Amino acid sequence: MRLPCPICGERDRREFYYRGAALALHRPDPDAGDEAWADYVHLRDNPAGVTRDLWYHEGGCSAWIVVTRNTVTHEVLGAELAEGAR
Amino acid sequence: MTELLAKTACDGLLSVTAGPFTLSEEPVAPLTSLMPYKGRDKALSAALEAAHGVKLPGVNRSTSKAGISVLWFGRGQFLLVGAGPDGSLAEHAAVVDQSDAWARVRLEGAGADQVLARLLPVDLRAASFKRGHTLRSPLGHMMASVTRTGVNAFSIAVFRSMAATLVHDLKTAMEGVAARG
Amino acid sequence: MRLANRGMVDRNAPVTFTFDGVGHSGFEGDTLASALLANGVRLVGRSFKYHRPRGILTAGSEEPNALVTLGSGARQDPNVRATQQELYEGLAAQSQNRWPSLDWDLLALNDLAAPFFGAGFYYKTFMWPKAFWEKLYEPAIRRAAGLGALSGLNNADTYERAFAFCDLLVIGSGPAGLMAALGAARAGADVILAEEDFRMGGRLLAETHEVDGKPGHLWAAGLLDELASMDNVRLMTRTTVTGAYDQGTYGALERVSHHVPRSRAPLECFWRIVAKRAILAAGALERPVAFRNNDRPGIMTASAVRAYANRWGVSPGKAVSVFTNNDDGYRTARDLVAAGVHVAALIDSRHDGPDLPGVHVIKGAQVCDAAGRKGLESITIRTHRGEEKLLTDCLAMSGGWNPTLHLTCHMNGRPAWREDIQGFAPVPGMIPGLQAVGACNGSFSTAACLREGAEAAEDALEALGFKPAALELPQAEDDPFRIAPLWSVEGKGRAWLDFQNDVTVKDVKQAAVENFRSVEHMKRYTTQGMATDQGKNSNVAALAVLADVTGRAIPETGTTTFRPPFVPVSIAAMGAGAQGKGFAPQRFTTSHKASIERGAPMIEAGLWYRPSYFPAPGESNWRQACDREVKMVRETVGICDVSTLGKIDIQGPDAAAFLDFVYTNTFSTLKVGRTRYGLMLREDGFVMDDGTCARLGETHFLMTTTTAAAGEVMRHLEFVHQCLRPELDVVFTSVTEQWAQFAVAGPKSRDLLDALLDKPLNGPDWPFMACGPVTVMGVKARLFRISFSGEHAYELAVPARYGDALFRELLARAGALGGGPYGMEALNVLRIEKGFITHSEIHGRTTAYDVGLGKMVSEKKDCIGKTMSERDGLIDPMRERLVGLKPVGAVKQVIAGAHLFEVDDAPVRENDKGYVTSVCYSPTLGHMLALAFLKNGPERIGERVKMVDHVRKIEALCEVVHPIAFDPEGGRMRD
Repeated sequence: MRLPCPICGERDRREFYYRGAALALHRPDPDAGDEAWADYVHLRDNPAGVTRDLWYHEGGCSAWIVVTRNTVTHEVLGAELAEGAR
Repeated sequence: MTELLAKTACDGLLSVTAGPFTLSEEPVAPLTSLMPYKGRDKALSAALEAAHGVKLPGVNRSTSKAGISVLWFGRGQFLLVGAGPDGSLAEHAAVVDQSDAWARVRLEGAGADQVLARLLPVDLRAASFKRGHTLRSPLGHMMASVTRTGVNAFSIAVFRSMAATLVHDLKTAMEGVAARG
Repeated sequence: MRLANRGMVDRNAPVTFTFDGVGHSGFEGDTLASALLANGVRLVGRSFKYHRPRGILTAGSEEPNALVTLGSGARQDPNVRATQQELYEGLAAQSQNRWPSLDWDLLALNDLAAPFFGAGFYYKTFMWPKAFWEKLYEPAIRRAAGLGALSGLNNADTYERAFAFCDLLVIGSGPAGLMAALGAARAGADVILAEEDFRMGGRLLAETHEVDGKPGHLWAAGLLDELASMDNVRLMTRTTVTGAYDQGTYGALERVSHHVPRSRAPLECFWRIVAKRAILAAGALERPVAFRNNDRPGIMTASAVRAYANRWGVSPGKAVSVFTNNDDGYRTARDLVAAGVHVAALIDSRHDGPDLPGVHVIKGAQVCDAAGRKGLESITIRTHRGEEKLLTDCLAMSGGWNPTLHLTCHMNGRPAWREDIQGFAPVPGMIPGLQAVGACNGSFSTAACLREGAEAAEDALEALGFKPAALELPQAEDDPFRIAPLWSVEGKGRAWLDFQNDVTVKDVKQAAVENFRSVEHMKRYTTQGMATDQGKNSNVAALAVLADVTGRAIPETGTTTFRPPFVPVSIAAMGAGAQGKGFAPQRFTTSHKASIERGAPMIEAGLWYRPSYFPAPGESNWRQACDREVKMVRETVGICDVSTLGKIDIQGPDAAAFLDFVYTNTFSTLKVGRTRYGLMLREDGFVMDDGTCARLGETHFLMTTTTAAAGEVMRHLEFVHQCLRPELDVVFTSVTEQWAQFAVAGPKSRDLLDALLDKPLNGPDWPFMACGPVTVMGVKARLFRISFSGEHAYELAVPARYGDALFRELLARAGALGGGPYGMEALNVLRIEKGFITHSEIHGRTTAYDVGLGKMVSEKKDCIGKTMSERDGLIDPMRERLVGLKPVGAVKQVIAGAHLFEVDDAPVRENDKGYVTSVCYSPTLGHMLALAFLKNGPERIGERVKMVDHVRKIEALCEVVHPIAFDPEGGRMRD
């Protein structure tokens, strides 16, 4: 599997650390309530199809990136830097 | 003792050869990590040029002049090699001494890219990775900085504490490739 | 039998070898199989289950029978396919799965008991009693049924892994692959041409077809010369592409030095090839026909017989017969006749087959039996007139061809059935970027292969943005492929489908009868296709039989799934690079050498190696050393390398705001030149890590992390910055490796430093938790007055190049003061006495509240983990919370990992009240001491609990004490 790091270019999956759904970018306000926080910290969709998730280019440039890919076809549809993806 | 004796990162480990390949330790040089603050890349580049004669390189590139070079070193990070940082740089960037943090070696010999192909999961073909090009990628299990310094020469850096493993891994790869003849 | 003037072996280069200890000779260019056949050896192995005598069936990597063991001792290499193994001087091969000998195998008794051993036999018979399966039945079955054995010794060979990149990967070097590679290479694309064989050319080496007016193999040689001369082409022989993976990644196994006596070169190399485009030109595999006793040694695929004759100049028999259901089988008869081999008959199951001058062609006939247990002697031919015997020592059979489409299925694609070839063929798009051409695409004529190869190159070039170069299509045969399906011949007895796993037509029918009608179920019930050949020879025939018996069409029955690897790949090759020291990097501190010189045993801490203790003369165990070192720190001064702790340099206008967000406590209020202990939570409210953080300047901080969590914390900081707070103007980088840092701890630490540093410390400037620059022997250094021992202590950091020298200097000076180095054991005791936590306590399931640091979560600001840490369940006093324990009963031992119970409760799960995380013998206090988590623990100080170690069967009565057992006021480290 290869991922297109927006900085380094396409790289082997082994260079990346996987974090999970890009939902992690949307941290609720401290007073958003239990439900919002439980959703943020614990609940994730498990889509058959297009998904956006966070990867860390730990073996490369150290950028956190958001990768859009298809869990059914394994197609990688794109990637962007997490710092601008919110 | 009246003086603390300095040791290099690869003290006692290098150089080694195998077939056409030679692995040696890069000469000790000041290494400084430069991390520009928000929106200060251009200002840093100008300050660098004024003080050291080199500009900031682009991604996966390096710049050099008269023994001083600047390597792209990751997201928002550069490595100034060969000169202590001028005081003016700190205005635009975090300036951090890393002279002792890296074990730096030089791999030379016809087919050196084939030695690295045993360890690095990246495309090092001469057409796409030319002299002066640099990248960050894991060498074996070690986060490395790799720069092509010649047709058959590469400069490689990993964390200092891993010098022995770096030499071991490169030597094994050198011997494997050399033994194929 | 070697044929005169045939083949490509070098008759001037004889090679001697042994098979089961018997000497033979062959030529350079031979495979072990061709050399064995040339020497008249037909019996080469015993079958997996019934120990039936078996011979060579094929001439390639699909070989199910001719598996041998090469070498001996640690270099013993089992299950080597004789059809692939190149001959070299001194090669020593052994047959497998027979005892006591290949010729006389006792376990062949299994064959006589065959009526009982059909499909599902093991499942049905060895069901009861249940316990017998693991202990008795399975080991016995495994001994009897098997392949070659591993030596049981450490593998002495070296293996390599490597990465390669190209524009176009061409898999297979037959006519299709060669044309594709040439077309792409001439246009300037970077091409890798991978060929499983040791010689390129594919089927052109085994056929007598002409291409461009010359023998096919000569045409191929000319083309290969051109490819070899091009810089943008990499020719990889002995390389099997084993798998197709996501985004154009392919796995490939290169057999680097199997073809020579052991050398210093690696035995195998496992390649990861990243290709923008790929062309699969893997050819096709001929399939056998199932009939009674079709597994006799001497019965081979027709294409293999032809290959041995044409490529290796060997005839596998003196009187060869051919059995075919298609026109291709005629080529074998034709080539053998041309080579001067007697062809006894050609039996065509069709009524409308062609005629072949000089050959007795029997049309509308079938071979229904074969005789000759250890080597074929005769076959029985059934025609409308009845059955008759024909004397023959080699039968070449052709049931048609299966495109070698395996790779196209590796990403879950499904091939389509094609009536015209009676086989499955790939459909476009099964692997993104890969195009199948030639025989593996179901196009069997040489002309079609050449044409499709050239066209695929053009398609690839267009996709890659290259301008196609001139490429002329050479002339070649374009015969139509005519076939009438024949999967199995009716009759009694056992007709073999899967030679390697001993599966017969009857077994497949039995599976259907027992309602294992899905092809995937049939496969697992009969084990068809589950051997090392993965059903390459038997898959289509078996499902055709299943289709027939279940009254379905073949497309409806479907095929099983082909998964990587295409050929067996040794674990050693897969894991190449990770043997021995390649498994993980070793991280050494600058004091490593000096510590070793002092006899310190090293323990691993993550990837780091740290000294466990420093043995002194007269000490016979670690406890003596540890107790001495603890006492030394408490009374004089100790030196410990703490460089392994993570150090992160953090700078920028928003550095303080950033730290306020990642730490539970506040850092924006920290004064320059001061250090503060900080606690970090995960977003779920549990503790992530702890450490000190020093403010070196207004916008400059130095964070330390624990050794184990340094990488995790760095990743976390990058996440928080890039993903949650990108607006903050802050940058950071690891400086762990820049500094060698040593703890100088104990009442005499100040004396030591005053003498060592270029300027003595001015007391008021250096209160507890102060930090700042100093110089030591002219070297710029950093000093921190922090303590992990509870003593008056410092940490002194110098650039790593001076680490070795400074460590030795510190030891010399400490020694003069009655102190010395201390290791991890003493460090651990010192911190347990002080109740300082490590990852034994912050193990991922404890909160700040649990470890007694709840007050460190600031009320005044938000931070990572704060909201979730306030959940009711996480601030419940009845949670397991940090306490100290000391044994007060007869048993004086406390054990980490043991559980806690009320004194009178039964030590069962329902009564569990907590657990022990850290223990030590405290030489300072004179008894064992533990840190533990106990329900409502802090409210139970002074009470007694029962510690139970269920593993070691130890119970100890303990008193609950404050976690800070020594100097609870902290006067020693502050003063």
